[in-house]
Amino acid sequence: MPAIEILGLEKTYSVGFWRKRPKRALHPLRFTVEDGEIFGFLGPNGAGKTTTLKLLMGLVFPTGGSARLLGRDWTDPSVKAQIGFLPEQPYFYDYLTAHELLEYYGQLSGVPAKERKHRVEKVLDQVGLRDVQGVQLRKFSKGMLQRVGIGQAILHDPKLVFFDEPMSGLDPMGRREVRDLMEQLKREGKTVFFSTHILSDAEALCDRVAIIHKGELRGVGAVEDLTSSVQGKVEVIWQGTQVPASIKALGAECHVTGDRVRALINEAQQDAMIDALRRERQRLIAITPVRTSLEAYFVEKLRRAETTAGGTI
Amino acid sequence: MRTRIGYIASNTFREAVRDRVLYNLIAFVLLLSGAAILVGQISIEIEKLVVINLGLTAVSLFGVVIAIFIGIGLVSKEIEKRTLYTVLSRPVRRWEFIVGKFFGLAGTLVVNTFFMAIGVFAALFYVSHKFVSADALILIALYFIVLEFLIICSLALLFSSFSSPLLSAVFAFSLFVIGSFAEDLRNFAGMATGVSHWLVTGAAYLVPNFSAFNVITSIAHEQPVAGQLILQNTLYALFYATMALSGAVLIFERRDLK
Repeated sequence: MPAIEILGLEKTYSVGFWRKRPKRALHPLRFTVEDGEIFGFLGPNGAGKTTTLKLLMGLVFPTGGSARLLGRDWTDPSVKAQIGFLPEQPYFYDYLTAHELLEYYGQLSGVPAKERKHRVEKVLDQVGLRDVQGVQLRKFSKGMLQRVGIGQAILHDPKLVFFDEPMSGLDPMGRREVRDLMEQLKREGKTVFFSTHILSDAEALCDRVAIIHKGELRGVGAVEDLTSSVQGKVEVIWQGTQVPASIKALGAECHVTGDRVRALINEAQQDAMIDALRRERQRLIAITPVRTSLEAYFVEKLRRAETTAGGTI
Repeated sequence: MRTRIGYIASNTFREAVRDRVLYNLIAFVLLLSGAAILVGQISIEIEKLVVINLGLTAVSLFGVVIAIFIGIGLVSKEIEKRTLYTVLSRPVRRWEFIVGKFFGLAGTLVVNTFFMAIGVFAALFYVSHKFVSADALILIALYFIVLEFLIICSLALLFSSFSSPLLSAVFAFSLFVIGSFAEDLRNFAGMATGVSHWLVTGAAYLVPNFSAFNVITSIAHEQPVAGQLILQNTLYALFYATMALSGAVLIFERRDLK
């Protein structure tokens, strides 16, 4: 059973004061997220990522379409007890302490009192806020608020977690911790759906991604599939400070850095390259097929979408 | 087991307390102490009348100001600051949020009124050195003031569910002023003819009739309040607040939180 089934959700806002005119924020969206996946929802700013998340959370109402979460209708209130949500740049009741806020959210999520105490303590540890649990949130930095946000999203042990730009405002250490947390959630069998425009995070974490641009879905697929479109090139690295003539003759594009030479050659010349290195008695360090990075794929698809005005991948 | 409405109400009350809303009690105590000392010196015989009038009017005005200025931000502030997102993404229904907020604000006002009432009785004791059975009538005036607050809270919430805080404040305060003269408006409707008669009559019965809740002067003169008026005002306040809250829920249930 898919954790998320988006069945043509779309959203059109009315804009303007006197003369209302329609502005489409989201074209009909269709894709599924499997149970236990880490799924990345990628797109530039203003692409429709947050609108999609708000639709799924019931914060805005769709113009058309529907969705199913954990096999149930997404408007069913009982589903929400199984869902965690971190909004983009979260803001919380700043007169509460981190402990009080988590306690309050635990109450609203229906976590029983006995279990709640234990859950709050555990989450405060998980997000590294135990030492400041008694401090009012108005004294928290942006990064600390982001940690509180992540804490409240996982507090009630949800099966499905939505994070909207979870790395926003975090320092490199914090980002690393969030990545570790997402991986831990996956190991616990939970499904993680997160939106981001930081592609390295998506590449490092996601099983599958969807790309959205100007409210339209541009592609969905496994990160490996999207990035495995080998460009027919191989990167060869060996120890040395010069490029032998026999290797230059193969037409390799070589760069010397310190005591290493990095050469980019056509895949067909890989064997000839290895033979040449043996003959020249060079010490081979690595041979790696060149893959398209998610970033390159993403940029290419957005560029293509711009030029073909709406074509999907 | 406490409900989600109860949790939301408690949190709303906690917010009011931590945002130092109850500090208004200090201003109230200072006002009443000063007035009691002053009237004790300059008036003979009528000091009790002045303290009751001034005390209860201050209770009403302080409460109305709090009800309007907190009430107008109860929903709009949560949308603006996006604190609502993490509440409504939980198993909380939108109507539960509105009703919880209402009870939170109403609770704040009841607690505030309770402490102010202690202040009124203390000032009364200061000027008259004793309590008489007629002083118990003050409790009825306080009860009517609380009923008035329930209506204002629900109206502030109604406006807050679709309007900006500034406009909500203007709407709520205007209704409070017009509602305080509802009896006059009804009398005027009786004198009007034709279309204006129907329009003024409609407006007179649509605005909350706060004048029916104002028994301060008669109580200061130790005139009893009819049991029928107590029942009538109770039912009217409950009905009006329920209608306004239902309106707030209906609007909020359909609102996109952009």
